[in-house]
Amino acid sequence: MTNEQIKEALSAKFPTLSEWETPHDLLTFRADAQGGLKVLQYLYDDDHLAFRFLTDITAVHFPGRTGEELCVVYHLHSLETNARLRMKLYVPEGRPDVYSATSLFSGANWMERETYDFFGINFIGHPNLTRILNVDEMDYFPMRKQYPMEDPTRTDKDDDMFGRGGSY
Amino acid sequence: MAEQHIKLADEAIEKETTTINIGPTHPATHGVFQNIMEIDGERVINTEPTIGYIHRAFEKIAERRPFYQITPLTDRLNYCSAPINNLGWHMTVEKLYGLTMPKRVDYLRIIIMELARISDHLICNSVIGVDTGALTPFTYVFQWREKIYDIYESICGSRLTTNIGRIGGFERNFTPATWNFLEDFMETFPKALEEMEILLTRNRIFMDRTIGAGPISAERALNYSITGPNLRAAGVDYDVRVAKPYSSYEEFDFEIPVGSTGDAYDRYLVRNAEMKESYKIIQQALVKLKDLDPSVYHADVPEYYLPEKQDVYTKMEALIYHFKIIMGETEIPKGEVYHSVEGGNGELGFYLISDGGRTPYRLHFRRPCFIYYQAYPEMVAGGLLSDAIIALSSINVIAGELDA
Repeated sequence: MTNEQIKEALSAKFPTLSEWETPHDLLTFRADAQGGLKVLQYLYDDDHLAFRFLTDITAVHFPGRTGEELCVVYHLHSLETNARLRMKLYVPEGRPDVYSATSLFSGANWMERETYDFFGINFIGHPNLTRILNVDEMDYFPMRKQYPMEDPTRTDKDDDMFGRGGSY
Repeated sequence: MAEQHIKLADEAIEKETTTINIGPTHPATHGVFQNIMEIDGERVINTEPTIGYIHRAFEKIAERRPFYQITPLTDRLNYCSAPINNLGWHMTVEKLYGLTMPKRVDYLRIIIMELARISDHLICNSVIGVDTGALTPFTYVFQWREKIYDIYESICGSRLTTNIGRIGGFERNFTPATWNFLEDFMETFPKALEEMEILLTRNRIFMDRTIGAGPISAERALNYSITGPNLRAAGVDYDVRVAKPYSSYEEFDFEIPVGSTGDAYDRYLVRNAEMKESYKIIQQALVKLKDLDPSVYHADVPEYYLPEKQDVYTKMEALIYHFKIIMGETEIPKGEVYHSVEGGNGELGFYLISDGGRTPYRLHFRRPCFIYYQAYPEMVAGGLLSDAIIALSSINVIAGELDA
């Protein structure tokens, strides 16, 4: 099944999907944050698409995109047609709510816990949304860009000279 | 009703199950992670894995490291087959840069990756033997792991965490010593593998201990996003080398071994069969290499490939490119890449977002161990505690890959 066919089938069912791209030949699109699970469900149930293998869930933080700072990224794989796709949901930092995919994929459990742990995405309906790699007492989400990796008070390291300076 | 040997205080409630800890530093875990198990006699009722003891924040560190400095981080994911991680990372960056490798580099990489797969599976399978009480195969096949490490050492100078290769090829050509080590390995390995199989495969004790231990059905395995030998043992023939070939794997002729019940014994058999397939792939690669110019070991991409040190000191162009790469002056394309390779334990994916800066904007590792280990409680529920130990060693959980 080609990317074009998947795109046609999906956009006929969900006209609101947008930002279609194929970077490095991987079909990518954006769905609304609340409708993400419905798209996953349709992709799972449809016999021609049959995206029944969840490769990965992760998130990316874009502090510059006001109102949609956090992006949840799903990678799906259809083992029957050997097609892959990538779905993105954008949510605001203040209210990062996304429906959990654990009802469809048991494997989503830890992937979502990891995403919660590092980005603070609130997966609604997750059976046990707790930190997984970091300590439970941690009170921030370390992969967000406002948390610099190194001590920000240090003055002996000048990263401006090395391509990436500034705040992160 | 069991006979009461201890008189409990009045009104006391007797707890009928026992809670035990396997880990964080239990010999059965082969790494640092914990299983809190609730057992009833010898039956496992419930397991709660706790992980994160060696979390090293690689994804955060990677956001501050130039691309070529991320390779040593990938070493420490699955440290039993570090070269696969290294080369997978190089291929991801090459995909971002839009580079194609010469055939010889592809074949050399395949040799290294298949050697890494053999050493990974050797450890896993012989450790199942150790956990069932047979130490001999383990100590015996370790010699061949050492031989593989000698091969790595002659190419990159290190053995366990290899940092092998560069973006754009290898740091140096295979030396005569490498070819000698490889020849020796190819001559002696089949016999060693056969001997390990004689010791284990049809061994009554080994079979009794592993058959039916920690099974998982194909359907549940897919639902849990399990990949690699553990998925194939359940009967699904998914292998990234075939589904999405990289590094010229499509030119090679090999089988994907599959099991049927997904238990520890099937996982053992699948890994054993995969070692034989890997051996076949290396044989084919050696034949293919004969027709190629033996001096090629990297692509001709001076903007991205770190030049040899000798050239940096003696040639102007090499010095300029060296300076530009090290100081982050090369043009790095913007883009979003997902690249996956078949690691020792399954689909090892790299999700990379580049904003044109010197470092990745975001890098995420899809670690097969992390994903399949969550199926462990389901695999062992209802089974015996001793089966749970075998199941743990047969799914080959590597703590480094678990925690990233």
